[in-house]
Amino acid sequence: MSTLAPIQGNTASPSCTTQLRFWLLLGGLTALLLVSITLGVTLGPVDIPVGAVWRIAASETINVLSDITSLELNSWVNIEANWTKAQFNIIWLIRFPRVLIGVFVGAGLAVVGVTMQALVRNPLADPYILGISSGASVGAVMVLAFGAFAFAGIYAISVGAFLGAILTFLIVFLLAQSNGRLNPARLILAGVAVAYFFSGLTSFITLTSDNRELARAVLAWLLGSLAGTNWVELTLPTAVLFFGSVYLVLQARGLNALIVGDETAATLGVDLTRFRRSLFGVVSLVTGVMVAVSGAIGFIGLMIPHIVRLMVGTDHRRVLPVSIFVGSIFLILVDVIARTAFDPVELPVGVITSLLGGPFFLWLLHRQMKERGGM
Amino acid sequence: MNLQAENVSWSVEAKQIVDAVTLAVAEGEFVGLLGPNGSGKSSLLRTIYRILRPDAGVIELDGANVWHIAPREVARQMAVVMQERTGDFDFSVNEIVMMGRNPHKGIFDRDTIHDFQLVDDALARVDMTDFAQRSFLTLSGGEKQRVLIARALVQQARILVLDEPTNHLDIHYQLEILELVKNLGVTTVAALHELNLAAFYCDRLYVLKAGRMVASGTPEAVLRPDLIRDVYDVWSEVSTHPLTGKLTITFFPEKVGHRLNGNNKGQII
Repeated sequence: MSTLAPIQGNTASPSCTTQLRFWLLLGGLTALLLVSITLGVTLGPVDIPVGAVWRIAASETINVLSDITSLELNSWVNIEANWTKAQFNIIWLIRFPRVLIGVFVGAGLAVVGVTMQALVRNPLADPYILGISSGASVGAVMVLAFGAFAFAGIYAISVGAFLGAILTFLIVFLLAQSNGRLNPARLILAGVAVAYFFSGLTSFITLTSDNRELARAVLAWLLGSLAGTNWVELTLPTAVLFFGSVYLVLQARGLNALIVGDETAATLGVDLTRFRRSLFGVVSLVTGVMVAVSGAIGFIGLMIPHIVRLMVGTDHRRVLPVSIFVGSIFLILVDVIARTAFDPVELPVGVITSLLGGPFFLWLLHRQMKERGGM
Repeated sequence: MNLQAENVSWSVEAKQIVDAVTLAVAEGEFVGLLGPNGSGKSSLLRTIYRILRPDAGVIELDGANVWHIAPREVARQMAVVMQERTGDFDFSVNEIVMMGRNPHKGIFDRDTIHDFQLVDDALARVDMTDFAQRSFLTLSGGEKQRVLIARALVQQARILVLDEPTNHLDIHYQLEILELVKNLGVTTVAALHELNLAAFYCDRLYVLKAGRMVASGTPEAVLRPDLIRDVYDVWSEVSTHPLTGKLTITFFPEKVGHRLNGNNKGQII
């Protein structure tokens, strides 16, 4: 007989069932994401058979892998090319990049929303509401209008958007301080004021520019749209989303402590100044890159974190991964609606997210004021 | 583990909140910090647990300046229970207590069975086991405070800093919490409101008035009617309880105080 006290069943079981439920949820969401991607690629003005979608994807993936590894994978797995050239172009060159950019932008904005809400400890925070998206837009438009940051080549717009985002975030954060503390009402007001100012600045730059094409391009892009994405434009958002999410998931304990309170975080060993700085950097980088590829798509970062917290609680070790999936699925499905529901007009996806997000924001505000008896 | 604050000053907008305060807590001691509201107790504690950087003076843990130690290392040495609001975001009681393990965890570490056991033990010690799955925001003030003490226990630090830990608690839990902390045998410094509890539990007391340290020593040496009159502006009578051998203090309103002795120094004749 062992002399060691046996581990009591009730000690380990709550964590085990929570873990199991969490992994089941992630599994379910993965399946749902694949279904959503299929829907996103299949549905549209031109009908595409579901089978062709994944066969083309598989065949192209094998081709790419063959190129990378210099193995003759093609000869091992044979996929019969029973699709037309037109179908190939629509699926592989137009719809897949568009759906995938939806995956990354949806996930990125959701993750940024979660992080910002923890950073400013305010459930109403979101890159769109706090004006960060507008700041990123100004940066991007300056690149388009004046050719700033030309040294960055095809990434110039992203660099401009990132710098615009981080500058705006700092301005809003500083404006929201009163007596050395972050005031929730001031934060929202500062965000709204800064957002208006930067929207005005964007319009000013666009309309006074000599470049006639610019106005049209900028206006379409400002509304937030996933249209016209190609494979090359996917690389930067993919990389930024990947490294940003990995970093944030690894810092989940710190985010948990931070959302409880600055002082709590500090007494639990978080180096506040350094941690805040790095969160500012990551949030601005992800927001900037997402805005550069898709314009300012609003309210994703507001809605998704709340929906996810209702599902799994506040622990960021669960909220962050689940938000990545829910954000992607949500944006793909909204984009499908934007493309197909008002045929033959194709709406920018940002129009739909704003129509959903505005009322959602008001509902949150109402709930918060009821709990606190005023802000 | 001993804690030393030497000539610590902290001010905000030219208002001196903590004024050249010196304080020492030796290994295993339970030290109480007394003073009326606004006397600088919390601010002094916040300079100790590294939230406020003092304008002058140093704070040392075992001889090392806390501002030269990494925040994570300080958190492994010192646990803090303060007045805390979680605001709009809710956690389960289990999750709040588990946060006490943060300073012991690297970014790749997961919660182990050992961690869960520490959480269960800590909740049992503050009599909150049945609340483990409850949402923190739905708890009463006293229940929240007990959960936060459980979190400090889980942190397994060698010094405990408590900022009015018995605020909002029923008298039953006031006694229970202080009894619990006392029996931990951990070096403790606590800001306290309740003078009778301070007299009962503390080995030594420091008294702050308007940011200045005005008295220090054993409860018997410090808690005298004239000092209580001077610092808290109330009349009182101090006696030794026959059963416990500890001081008990009875307070009187102004008119009763005058009728009792008419002596401005507050001493009962």
